[in-house]
Amino acid sequence: MGQQALNGVFVGSIYALFAVGYTLVFGVLDILNLAHQAVFMLAAFAALLLVADAHLPLWAAMPLAVLFAGLLGILLERLAFRPLRGRADSNISGLISSLAMGTVFEAIALQIFGPDTSRFPHGTFPDRLIRIGGASASLLQLCIIAISVVLMALLTLLLARTRLGRQIRAVAESPRAARILGVNVDRVIAAAFFISSSLGGAAGVLFALAFNSISPDVGRSVELKGLAVIILGGMGSIPGAVIAGFALGLIEVFTVAGFGSSYRDAVSFAVLFVVLLARPRGLLGQAAAREA
Amino acid sequence: MDLFLAYQSLIAFVGINGLLALSVYATLCCGQLSLANAGFMAIGAYTGALITQHARGVPFVAVLAASALLPAIIAVPLGLPVLRLRGVFLAIATIGFGEMVRLFFVNWDYTNGALGLVAIPQRTHLWTIFLALAGALYLLGRLRGSRAGYALEAIREDETAARTMGIDTTAHKLAMFVLGAAIAGVAGALEAHLTFMVAPSGYGFGRVVDMLVQAVVGGTAAFFGPVIGAAFLTVLPEVLREAGARLGFAPGPFRLFLNGAILLVVILFLPNGLVSLLRRRRAA
Amino acid sequence: MTLALQSVSRSFGGVRAVEDATFTVEKGEVHGLIGPNGAGKTTLVNLISGLLQPTQGEIALEGQRIDRLPAHRIAARGVARTYQNIRLFAGLSAAGNVVVGEHLRRRAPLWPRLLLLPSARREERAAAQTALEALARVGLRERAGTAAANLSYGEQRRVEIARALASQPRVLLLDEPTAGMNPNEARNVARLVREVAREGRAVLLIEHNVRLVMELCDRITVLNFGRVIARGGPAEVTKDPAVITAYLGEAE
Repeated sequence: MGQQALNGVFVGSIYALFAVGYTLVFGVLDILNLAHQAVFMLAAFAALLLVADAHLPLWAAMPLAVLFAGLLGILLERLAFRPLRGRADSNISGLISSLAMGTVFEAIALQIFGPDTSRFPHGTFPDRLIRIGGASASLLQLCIIAISVVLMALLTLLLARTRLGRQIRAVAESPRAARILGVNVDRVIAAAFFISSSLGGAAGVLFALAFNSISPDVGRSVELKGLAVIILGGMGSIPGAVIAGFALGLIEVFTVAGFGSSYRDAVSFAVLFVVLLARPRGLLGQAAAREA
Repeated sequence: MDLFLAYQSLIAFVGINGLLALSVYATLCCGQLSLANAGFMAIGAYTGALITQHARGVPFVAVLAASALLPAIIAVPLGLPVLRLRGVFLAIATIGFGEMVRLFFVNWDYTNGALGLVAIPQRTHLWTIFLALAGALYLLGRLRGSRAGYALEAIREDETAARTMGIDTTAHKLAMFVLGAAIAGVAGALEAHLTFMVAPSGYGFGRVVDMLVQAVVGGTAAFFGPVIGAAFLTVLPEVLREAGARLGFAPGPFRLFLNGAILLVVILFLPNGLVSLLRRRRAA
Repeated sequence: MTLALQSVSRSFGGVRAVEDATFTVEKGEVHGLIGPNGAGKTTLVNLISGLLQPTQGEIALEGQRIDRLPAHRIAARGVARTYQNIRLFAGLSAAGNVVVGEHLRRRAPLWPRLLLLPSARREERAAAQTALEALARVGLRERAGTAAANLSYGEQRRVEIARALASQPRVLLLDEPTAGMNPNEARNVARLVREVAREGRAVLLIEHNVRLVMELCDRITVLNFGRVIARGGPAEVTKDPAVITAYLGEAE
């Protein structure tokens, strides 16, 4: 029981970290960024390259990979979102253009790394088991949970306390009003993309370390979980995404324990469906999912 | 004639992809981004394959009809709740549906789970595909300019205003959702009886993305746009394959890259798709 | 009694946009609905046309309740409207917009069209013809083929009126139909509104142009902060002290 809960928290922390970035962009732009999963995947590959080919230690490779992911986010915003701003159907065309960018990213990864699974070299992270009460966890798992929680806490602080955070919230509320108040909306949106993609990239690196496998389609499965998480948490709500991420991790682990692993992925879609039909604004969401 | 034989399978896929792009267009033309069609395609493909394998005497027309009907029936209880969701939420809910269908077939032992069904007799001919495509095109083309066609355009432009014109928006959206499901089901059965096999991996999220890309690249302002997009994006990678290989691209990533890059260019610079190029020339 | 509102209220999260509104609009009448900005006029039109449901009260059309019906069913009962912030189908032509407005009057199933039957062709030609006539009525026949998005502001308002009239409604709700029009256009719209009422339709007119309201309306209901503060003929209403305070209060 305790072991399952620990595993659930571990998986959930990665889901939450991935989904927080997702929901941040949706909150600001009202657009679903379907390239988020590709950034997640490319960051994992970047970390792999830095560790395996550049022989950097992990503690140096990870921040660089995260920075790379953030820069990808800025590129994404420039190419796929900014040109569409102001178009009548920008939330649908934005979804499609992000899909296009995601596809391009995936094609690049496929070309460079091939379709097969790549792995970190042995000994990238020390193999050590730690016992907590009746449960045991690897040092890696605990580090992943810790890093996720710290990053999400930092994001919350940034949004609540800093000037940039206030500006992001202002743009999320109303870009027009924010512009009138003197906020440089384009810069704030670019910053939101940088943050969102960095977090997505961090989730990618952690995910790759946790399961020690990276392939160009690794983001796909996480993308769908991320969608379930942001729907459950309420589109655009950061605390909602955090809670829902952990919740999904726990639900999944206990479903697998109870019904077998073939139902693992079905859980997130069942969650997604039930929430959309029964309570479309999710746990903590503001956005109305239905027409008035 | 040799050329024709060499490209026969390419031509077949132009037709099948055309049908699939039209199935996405069916909902897109009333402003609804539904991504359930890989799921409907899977249901149609498995339905057709199972009938063919277990009831040998059934004529192919009846098999195709069943492959259209079952997804269409499933689309009703699915569409009623999800079509009330706006834009992005509809897309997410239908992505969820598609994945559930895929997972269902992965876990269904009767159809060999993830391996799927093999050795399905080949019953699809080029003419079957293009007859189905012509039928779908005719239906969607005649819809334009009809009372229902105007209602669909009104819904796409402004759903609220459409309702106050007396248009039952739910019924119209549902009808198109069901039509899209039926077309995708037929395309699935046609493909299954062309390639001899069905497997869940062929109906993942990537498949519906392909459909959407083709529909959008071709252009959804005209009913034949999606077919043009499908033809373009099916043939282009083959035409450019040599050039891609010379640049060191493997065929798989190359096709993916073209898909993404072309979609991006179209959505940024040609929001009404390739069709708008034809229009512009005619106007000039 | 064509349209009757009985103690209709609507609140949004505690804020009462409309409170206890009671009035009727009769056949052949132009009924003015005036009041300062934010008085709840557009909310009332949304309630009548079914885009909103009242939190309390009843709305009836010829004795039958309509306030729980979905918007398209209310339209089918004969309620048509225009929008304060113009909601034309921007991608369609002016004529196309009016053809959509005819939706309720056309009985055109799809199968004759699929079978290429001449009846379908006849029906479509009739629809197009009716649309042209409706556009002629608002003086826009020669603009029939222009995309709605490319029409001038005043022209767009007139197409909206033509679109609403195309369903031959029993009740026509006009939400500021002359806003942004030049005086000449406004005069034409006023003449049209009178004609429409004379045909036996009930017209509810929201309008800021006070002179137009005084000229045009048989009766006037005045709203302020969601409540009816005065009602009666134009002469009575202008003398009502509550109305004067409401308007002067706004001017300050």
